[in-house]
Amino acid sequence: MSHSARDLAASRAHGPHTSMFLRMLVRAAILRRGRAASALFAMVVAAAVATAMLNLYVDVQAKLRREFRNYGANIILVGRDGTSLPSDALSHVDYVLAGRGIAAPFGMVVARTGDGQAIVVAGTEFERVRQLDKWWSVSSWPLNSSSSANQSGNPIPSENQNPHPFAPLRAGSVAQDATRMGHPALIGVRALATVAPKGQAFDLSFQGRTLQVAPAGTVQTGAAEDSRIYISLGDFVAWTGVQPTTIEVAASGSPEEVASIMSQLTQAIPAGDVRPVRQIMEGEARVLGKTRATLLAAAALIILTAALCVLSTLMGWVFDRRRDFAIMKALGASGRLLNGFFAAEAAVLGAAGALIGFLVGIGIAAWIGRVNFHAPVVPRLSVLPVVLAGSMAVTLLSAILPISLLRRVQPAVILRGE
Amino acid sequence: MFVRLVYESFRRQKRRKLLAGAAITLGVTVATAMIAVATDIGDKINRELRTIGANLVVTPQEDSLDVEIGGINLKPPTDGAFLSEADLPKIKGIFWHNNITGFAPMLPVSVAIEHHGKRQDVMMLGTYFAKKVAFGTDEFATGVRTTHPWWHVSGAWPEDSSRDVLLGERLASRLDEKSGDVIMLAGRQLRVSGILSTGGAEDDEVVAPLALAQEILGRPGAVRRVYVSALTKPEDAFGRRDPKSLSGAIYDRWYCTPYPQSIAFQLAEAIPHSHAEQVRQVSQNEGAVLTRIEGLIFLITLAALFASALAVSAAMATTIFERRAEVGLMKALGAGKLAIASIFFAEATLLALIGGLVGFVVGSGLAHQIGHSIFNSEISIQPVLLPVILAIAVAVTFAGSAAAIRRAVGLDPVFALRGEL
Repeated sequence: MSHSARDLAASRAHGPHTSMFLRMLVRAAILRRGRAASALFAMVVAAAVATAMLNLYVDVQAKLRREFRNYGANIILVGRDGTSLPSDALSHVDYVLAGRGIAAPFGMVVARTGDGQAIVVAGTEFERVRQLDKWWSVSSWPLNSSSSANQSGNPIPSENQNPHPFAPLRAGSVAQDATRMGHPALIGVRALATVAPKGQAFDLSFQGRTLQVAPAGTVQTGAAEDSRIYISLGDFVAWTGVQPTTIEVAASGSPEEVASIMSQLTQAIPAGDVRPVRQIMEGEARVLGKTRATLLAAAALIILTAALCVLSTLMGWVFDRRRDFAIMKALGASGRLLNGFFAAEAAVLGAAGALIGFLVGIGIAAWIGRVNFHAPVVPRLSVLPVVLAGSMAVTLLSAILPISLLRRVQPAVILRGE
Repeated sequence: MFVRLVYESFRRQKRRKLLAGAAITLGVTVATAMIAVATDIGDKINRELRTIGANLVVTPQEDSLDVEIGGINLKPPTDGAFLSEADLPKIKGIFWHNNITGFAPMLPVSVAIEHHGKRQDVMMLGTYFAKKVAFGTDEFATGVRTTHPWWHVSGAWPEDSSRDVLLGERLASRLDEKSGDVIMLAGRQLRVSGILSTGGAEDDEVVAPLALAQEILGRPGAVRRVYVSALTKPEDAFGRRDPKSLSGAIYDRWYCTPYPQSIAFQLAEAIPHSHAEQVRQVSQNEGAVLTRIEGLIFLITLAALFASALAVSAAMATTIFERRAEVGLMKALGAGKLAIASIFFAEATLLALIGGLVGFVVGSGLAHQIGHSIFNSEISIQPVLLPVILAIAVAVTFAGSAAAIRRAVGLDPVFALRGEL
């Protein structure tokens, strides 16, 4: 070796290899576009599937919990030992909930119809019940009545401040607005047959006071509601003087959040007894748990398949380039350099595939959310590092495995094509 | 010669064939397991949803109004109409009897409880716990333990034939009684076998075997209402139609679909003088939950099928690409494109069939495992799935090989043999 060549070699040994290294990386990708593209494609698909599955796995709980809130209340607040709740109880509940759910107050008394039959009359806020008990099959809600305490969008209780349009009806007195049909009410389907088979207005009496009620619609639930009459809470309190005895609360969130809402309610309303609706809570927990477990099993299977697909594609690609490898080795590349080269290539491929796949996967998850849950799945950035690390681990593994096999073989053997 | 070529290819290239076969097996395994889970998930989740309670209720047709506040019925217990206990086993005789997971009769009675010389009135609820009921030659156990799974008892559940009772937990703490104590109820000395906790009105009540409640009420065979748990199909526009307005074949289709409405209709038919209705809170919402979960698993199964198809294609492409030299040699010896392609396709078919068969067996095992560990019950695999899975495996393997085979066949033998591609 001549003097100058040795100098050159020495300067190369110390000087930057970076430009050559980069060039090798770029040329390798450009010259074998087809194979590089198919390896990248496999990586993108795997990363996309993994992202979509992880995103869904994280989000499906929240989505299904929302479905379960349609079951109605999961917490019930009742006055201790059958007493009424304080009149500000509902505003306390709203304050504790702070938008994390919906609550509806119920007051109930046993009244008598005109022919002396006992019937349960309940006072409530229709706008709230409509949101809380979505399974109620109601022919038409008496919502436009001026006496319902709230208009929609303003769930702050105000029945006490609200000027009541009807003066409280005294026993025997003729209502001053007798020309109107009476107080609008929602009649249970079974009660309707008894009290107003033709849908006419009728009288109810409670402790000597009468109230004229006009059926505005019917309610059917298949449960106790079918035998009741629902009037607005304002009318109810004015007529009976009884405050609500029950507040039904549908609190959203995880079991821990619901438990914390329950303990806050207990503190905020010491006169009330806070009880969980156990059948709803237990059913929800079971179904959610099983669905998530199924999803996890599916995710594991799919991600495993996708990873193996990447592994086999990439290993094939690296094996195919054993000639490049042999030439580099014959030209004097060290084992470290070769490892570094293939590892860098794998890392770049893994990172690029993971990033593109992440975006595609978020798209898939959002699409599934829209199609199936009618709400997009929120993209979780916390999934990205997991997908990135997983992708790079798989690509590195699939590059290093064939290299460590090839390293034991003499370059001449490979170049001869054996 | 053709057969020999294929045979030798399998004999001499064990490693490659094993790799491709493994990919196909894995793909088919995942596909089989996911399809099996997806077809069965509706039934499994439906059963889990039964935790929320009975979705149908049967009441007497000519009943007086319930006067119920906070779960406590203030209607005089003797008032109104009753169902007959003797008719209840007929529930298991309706068309959809296999979908009935259980039923529980209820009979509320107001009783006086004597405690340290003080008398107070409490509600006693007569019901089945896990009563053995026979319909025809069928014998089955039913009661609140199946229909009301959120009822928890500390102590022991009473026997249905015994005179033991359960005390609601709030009532028990008020009376300061515990399981094993003997209480005076309606002039009878009854043993408390356990303390019941439900989170509902029953916490303030006494729950007793139905026969005991009937005896106290003085109405043998009387039942106030029956809760029925049934596996149903989410209702749709067709399910909501009135059976009276349907005719002929359409009526039969409505009748033979397990909508909550049609099962309620059949219950009312089976039990004389009764009215059956869906409990909307339970039945309406479970439809929504069920549809969501089924849809989710369906979409994920699609993703799984796609991923496994891709894995198979990738493996096939790699194995064929590695054999360019062989293709070059065959072409140099004068083989036509068709001859070469048919060899590869024959190999692919063979691989797909073997891999598909093994994958189906492993996938069935996997589905079985998933069913056991998650749902504690079998996931049934329809045998009809096998030809479908094999067909899919062959199709995917073909599709995955096609591009690679076309490229291999199109190679110039000179370059291929020199290994310059």
